[in-house]
Amino acid sequence: MASRGIRDRVAIVGMGCTPFGEHWHKGTDELLVDSTTEALGSAGVKLDDIDAFWLGTMGSGISGLTLSRPLKIDYKPVSRLENMCATGSEAFRNACYAVASGAYDTAMAVGVEKLKDSGFSGLVGSAPPNDGTTAPLTAPAMFSLLAPAYAAKYGVDPDEMKEVFTRIAWKNHHNGALNPRAQFRKEVSKETIACSPLVAGQLGIFDCSGVSDGSAAAVIVRAEDAHRYTDNPLYVKALSFVSGPAAGPIDPDYDYTTFTEVVRSAQDAYSQAGISDPRAELAMAEVHDCFTPTELVLMEDLGFAERGFAWKEVLAGTFDLDGELAVNPDGGLKSFGHPIGASGLRMLFECWLQLRGQAPEARRVAAVERGRKLALTHNLGGAPGQCVSFVSVVGSEPSA
Amino acid sequence: MPGILAYGSYLPYYRLARSEIGAALGTTAGPGARAVAGYDEDTTSMAVEAGRAALAAAGPDSAPEVVYFATADPAYADKTNATAIHAALGLDQAALAVDMAGAVRSGVGALRAGLDAAGAGRVALVLLSDVRGGLPGSGDETGGGDGAAALLLGDGPGVVAEPVAAASATAEFLDRWRLPGQSSSHVWEERFGEQAYLPLAEAAVTDALKAAGLTAEALDHVIVAGTHPRAARRLSASLGARAEALVADEVTPAVGSTGTAQGPLALAATMDRARPGQVIAVITLADGADVQLWRTTEALTAYQNGRRRVTVADQLASGQGQVSYPTFLTWRGQLRREPPRRPDPEAPSAPVSHRHEDWKFAFTASRCVACGARHLPPSRVCVKCHAVDQMVPERLADVPGTVVTFTVDRLAFSLSPPVVVVVVDFDQGGRLQCEMTDVDPTKVKVGDRVEMTFRRLFTAGDVHNYFWKARPLAAAVEKGA
Repeated sequence: MASRGIRDRVAIVGMGCTPFGEHWHKGTDELLVDSTTEALGSAGVKLDDIDAFWLGTMGSGISGLTLSRPLKIDYKPVSRLENMCATGSEAFRNACYAVASGAYDTAMAVGVEKLKDSGFSGLVGSAPPNDGTTAPLTAPAMFSLLAPAYAAKYGVDPDEMKEVFTRIAWKNHHNGALNPRAQFRKEVSKETIACSPLVAGQLGIFDCSGVSDGSAAAVIVRAEDAHRYTDNPLYVKALSFVSGPAAGPIDPDYDYTTFTEVVRSAQDAYSQAGISDPRAELAMAEVHDCFTPTELVLMEDLGFAERGFAWKEVLAGTFDLDGELAVNPDGGLKSFGHPIGASGLRMLFECWLQLRGQAPEARRVAAVERGRKLALTHNLGGAPGQCVSFVSVVGSEPSA
Repeated sequence: MPGILAYGSYLPYYRLARSEIGAALGTTAGPGARAVAGYDEDTTSMAVEAGRAALAAAGPDSAPEVVYFATADPAYADKTNATAIHAALGLDQAALAVDMAGAVRSGVGALRAGLDAAGAGRVALVLLSDVRGGLPGSGDETGGGDGAAALLLGDGPGVVAEPVAAASATAEFLDRWRLPGQSSSHVWEERFGEQAYLPLAEAAVTDALKAAGLTAEALDHVIVAGTHPRAARRLSASLGARAEALVADEVTPAVGSTGTAQGPLALAATMDRARPGQVIAVITLADGADVQLWRTTEALTAYQNGRRRVTVADQLASGQGQVSYPTFLTWRGQLRREPPRRPDPEAPSAPVSHRHEDWKFAFTASRCVACGARHLPPSRVCVKCHAVDQMVPERLADVPGTVVTFTVDRLAFSLSPPVVVVVVDFDQGGRLQCEMTDVDPTKVKVGDRVEMTFRRLFTAGDVHNYFWKARPLAAAVEKGA
């Protein structure tokens, strides 16, 4: 028994991504038409050329009809799936496996979410009927639990922690300001971020990702067929997905300074992709910065920083656009926005642009120009101590 | 002789200064403060807390066989409230648990029924709990208070006070009333009630003293409780009791008049400092007059020095939470405020709550017999060793814990934002993520010691959602534990 991966067996040959934001004038149907039309155009194919579809959405629709109805898909398989905030990545993973298995020649992964029609602040989940004993934490509150625990473990004082979180938000806003598809396209000063109204724990409103609408899509084919569609496909090097025992909230051995699920999925993905030193080998990473403390802890869990040192690396600018390893060059969830089902594919969209030299010059990652050819996406759903985690590695060249 | 085996009291954390009421309404509301049940408390949850205190003081050999719960403010109508208390106290299924709800006089009835049960050889837990209030600016609002008391009645060498005599005087007259569903009472002219109560009280006192073969001067402690403060004052002055005996009730001046709990709370405070062999009179003016005379026993001294007991004085001292008048009105549903832009909480499901009754109400977790790991909530599969169905139940309601990490959630729905959520590691194992209550959100820190308290988390779809929260560990409990 082993996780063997499907390194270099499938490739992305087209992608689309709508602008993320408050699409008051567009519904789920319109967003799906926009992203899939762009992806098909990018691959130079028609809807009829796609053999099977995987649609990821957390709550904007149920069943394959959510996609086949607006696109008028003629009697093809459409799977609708959900894996919390990692839903888009899960759609991609399943589409890749379908092609790798030989069952289909072409597949499309689509992610969509329409959050702004609810009228509520933040994310709204719906739980099955229950006994009412679960603590009523909102998403920012769950992730804010990381802050006091990290500060206590590594002896960082609360003011320094706040500075670190502010630095992460500031960086992602800086990157997003350079991205015409991002929800927030403005630089935000550190002072504004630090003084924003508190939402949960140490987290202010600027420590939270944008609640937004959006959709993204990818066309996937067998690697050997990729050059029929494009001269520069993106090869899938690794796909890892981990769902944990949700031990954190019940096991005193968990210390709220790490996502064990992320560590495991990263190890699996690096092994599939043959990566031994991610910080030295990756050109860039798109990570799940749902809240600023999440990005801090992810830097350690993904092996980009030593345990207990990520906060210093953040302050030193290691993960800035022009830093040693650019993290979230497109602005991340923080600034690009977080329409749940679309985010995983949006991360891949930035890899698609950057590794193929198509990102606007202002936010082009220097490591690509220096010859690095691998990018990572990381997408998680849940909360510290109880989450699902996805890590992919994609590359612009097949392995030797 | 059967009597009081143990007693417990519960006073909420919050106080409302009467000057706040006066300032807000432009009136004179008098000095001092009243006790205020938190936004997450009701008569049921406070009765659980008082009951826990009594059972903890009694020790393990006094399991109640009957539970009588009296309140003038039941959380549910057409559904027994004592069953939730019975469940939260982890009592045996065979124990009878019933409400005696309706008016302050119901508390007298519950105590009499409890004594009858004790006389018949059974252990009875009598719970008296009230949330008192009225229209803004009313005497009921300023003079009322919230609290609960519990008396564990039975026989044996541990009896700390025996009933000496009792007497009642019953009459029908309209002093105070309200229709079912109304949140405040009507009261007739004060002087009418005074003249109605006084002859009844004098008759009951005379009968009780005669039955006991005592004179009023022989009473060591006199407690006059009830719903008519003016009549209570007049009675105290005319009783003929010694002046030092009349200062027995130190609770009402500090927290207000707590309805069914008023007399028993004052009794508890008196017993905390009484000497063996003393006679205590509890007189209750509520739709009639009732007198109960008690004599303390030699066992009281050992009881007073017993471990893990929070005294009424401790609870008076720990009432540190100050609540503003607008907040008080909000908690009572008398001031509707703009809600957060979040969905309303959903009512808990009856079948799920029933399946999980031991967890939700009794706070019963499970422990893996294969490796010892504790699971909150109980789990079939061990998170540590993955053994399946190797669990034994373990009630953790009285186990303290330590805060591992925490947050203050300003987005989550609450009647009293912000919501404080803590991750608690329990002594000897087990972890829970839960709400913390009775705490200043700016004072919470990693390493804080906490204990569990039974609360009403919220009410949704007319269903009260009861569960446990953490609160700062009482200093007295930490010392004794």
